[in-house]
Amino acid sequence: MNSFHEIVRRNEAVILAGWLEEMASTARRSDLMGDAELRRQAAEFLRLFTQAAQTSSDQTSEEFLGTRDFLKDIAKSRMDQGFRPAETAMFVLSLKQPVFNALNNAYKNASELVAEIGAAGDLIDKLAMLTVDSAVQIRDEIITRQQAEMLELSTPVVKLWDGVLALPLIGTLDSSRTQVVMESLLSAIVETNSQIAIIDITGVPTVDTLVAQHLIKTITAARLMGADCYLSGIRPAIAQTIVHLGIDLTDVQTKANLADAFGLALSKVGKSVVTIKTAANGQLAAKTKDA
Amino acid sequence: MDRIPILKMGDCLLVTIQVDMHDQLAVSLQEDLTAQIARFRSRGVLIDISSLEIVDSFIGRMLANIAAMSRVLDAETVLTGMQPAVAITLVELGMSLSGIKTALNVERGMELLRQYIREDMDNVQVGDGTEE
Repeated sequence: MNSFHEIVRRNEAVILAGWLEEMASTARRSDLMGDAELRRQAAEFLRLFTQAAQTSSDQTSEEFLGTRDFLKDIAKSRMDQGFRPAETAMFVLSLKQPVFNALNNAYKNASELVAEIGAAGDLIDKLAMLTVDSAVQIRDEIITRQQAEMLELSTPVVKLWDGVLALPLIGTLDSSRTQVVMESLLSAIVETNSQIAIIDITGVPTVDTLVAQHLIKTITAARLMGADCYLSGIRPAIAQTIVHLGIDLTDVQTKANLADAFGLALSKVGKSVVTIKTAANGQLAAKTKDA
Repeated sequence: MDRIPILKMGDCLLVTIQVDMHDQLAVSLQEDLTAQIARFRSRGVLIDISSLEIVDSFIGRMLANIAAMSRVLDAETVLTGMQPAVAITLVELGMSLSGIKTALNVERGMELLRQYIREDMDNVQVGDGTEE
C-alpha cells in the first residue's frame, strides 16, 4: 500500500490531468460548474486523498476524515448547484482510470498490478458511494424538515372568541400528526387562557378506531388541563362508522357542525348571539352581548 | 422531612405544589390533606400543579386517590394549572382522572369550587324547606 500512495504522489500531476480529461468525457457539466472550480476541487481532493492513503487504506479511518468531509461538502455544494447524485459519484469514479494508468506504468509484475488495481478501485468505489450517501442524507433531511413544516401548517389553532378555540382538522390523522395536534392545542389553551376548545373533523376523510382513540386522548388531555373539548363536523357516514366500530364517545360532547358547537361554547362562556335591527337603515346585524 | 403546605381559605383548602413530587411527599400530602379536611370540615380542595413538570403513574394515581378521599369526606377537588406535557403524559399513561374536576388556573378553579359549594348549599336549604 505504501507503494500505491508513492506512485500516486509521484504521478499527481499526470493523474490530475488524466482525471480532468476523463471527466470531460464522462461527467462534465460545464453548464453547472466552471473549469477553474472543477480543477480546484479535483486538485484539493487528490491532495487530501494522497495524504490519507499514505497511512491508511480504510476509507472509514481517522486518516480519511479530511477526505470524507471534503466529499460531503462537495456532495452538498454540487447538489445545490443542480448536479445529480450519479454525476457527483462519477466525479470520484472517473479518478479510477488515470490511477490505474499510473499503476500500470509502475508495476511490471502482473499479479502485483492486479492486487494494487483491485485495492485502489475498491477504495475509490467506497469514496464514490460516500458522495451518494451524503446526497441521499441531505435529501432525507430536506424531506424531514418539509414534513415537519407540513405538520405545522396543517394544524392551525384558531381563536373564535375570548376563551373559545377551534382546531379544524384536515386530512388523515396518524400518530405523529395527532401528537402535533395535541401539543399545539394544549399550548394554545395555555397561551390564550381558553376554557373551551372545538375540534372540527369536517376535513377528516375517515375515522377508524385508531383515529378515534387519538381524538379521545386529545380531548382527555385538554380536559385534564381544565378546558372543555367539543367534537364537531361529524358527517353522517362517520357517525355510522363510529357506532359500527363500537367507539364510545359518551364522554365527549359532539355536535354535527362547527356552528352548533360554537353556539354551545358561547352559551357556556355566558354569551349569546342576538339579531338586532338598527334604527337608521333597518339593516340586520348580529352582535354578541353578555347573557 | 419537608411537607407540602396546605392553606385554609374559608370553606376551601388550597394546596400548591411547587416542588417535584416524590413518592413519599405524595403520601404525606394525602395524609395531611385528609386530616385537614376532617379538621376544618372543608367543602372544597384546590390543588394547583402549575409548577409540576414531571408526573408518573404513581403521582397520577395519588391525585386520583386524593380526589376520591376528599369526596368521601364531602369535599370537591379541583385540579388546576396542569402543564400540557403533564396532561399528555397522563393521557399516554391511560389515566384520565375522570373523577377530578379541572380548571385552567387557580382563579377559575376557585370560581368552580364556590359555584359547587353554593349549589350544594342551595340544595340543602331547599331540602330543609320542603321538610318543614
